[in-house]
Amino acid sequence: MVEILYFAWLRDRLGRSRETFVLPRDGTPSVRDIMDGLRRRGGAYEEVFAEGGGAIRCAVNQEFATLDAPVRADDELAFFPPVTGG
Amino acid sequence: MLVDIRVQEETFSLDAEIARLAGAGFDVGGIGAFIGLVRGDAGLAALALEHYPGMTESMIARIVAQAGARFGLLACTVIHRIGRLPVGAPIVLVLCAAAHRGAALEATGFVIDWLKTQAPFWKREDYPDGQARWVAARESDEAAAGRWDTGGPSEA
Repeated sequence: MVEILYFAWLRDRLGRSRETFVLPRDGTPSVRDIMDGLRRRGGAYEEVFAEGGGAIRCAVNQEFATLDAPVRADDELAFFPPVTGG
Repeated sequence: MLVDIRVQEETFSLDAEIARLAGAGFDVGGIGAFIGLVRGDAGLAALALEHYPGMTESMIARIVAQAGARFGLLACTVIHRIGRLPVGAPIVLVLCAAAHRGAALEATGFVIDWLKTQAPFWKREDYPDGQARWVAARESDEAAAGRWDTGGPSEA
């Protein structure tokens, strides 16, 4: 299981700030694989991850990561737009 | 280096923070300061700021550590506010204390430039008619950070 966090407009559109995601039994998925799995749920997920495609950033265990990064059991995965602080 | 990093809803007192650095017993010759405010663009009423608790603090700590090593800082304070902030309100404070002005001023620019591209904060613009819009990242911010000729905190 992986904890997934959503921030900013992703959270607004999905209507949730976090959820638990069950990893496939075999292999180590990448962030991209998990995004694909979320998109296949349809509805708001399909819209967010299709539209957001290039504009969505991610972090694995609170470190910025690429879509190729592996995701393992008990990791914390976060999806968010490019940051706009300061 | 004396490091103080805070993410908070409350405002901050520039006087109090400068006094803290100046009175810390270090050989401080100058303090560089940057204060970011909510700019009243196009009828904006307020900004709502959110962050990724935990990751925010660790990213700022890395940026400050890099600045400390690169510029020989004696002390650095970063305070970033979250929550709903009206136009004109202070958002962020960066103070960099060094023996000489050059290092203090350069380090202040370094910290705020990297903070804008590497610290996980997000701004939402709220308008008086109830409309809200998430702020898009600006390429000019990436360019500003890039001028420091370093990989940045993510590659540290």
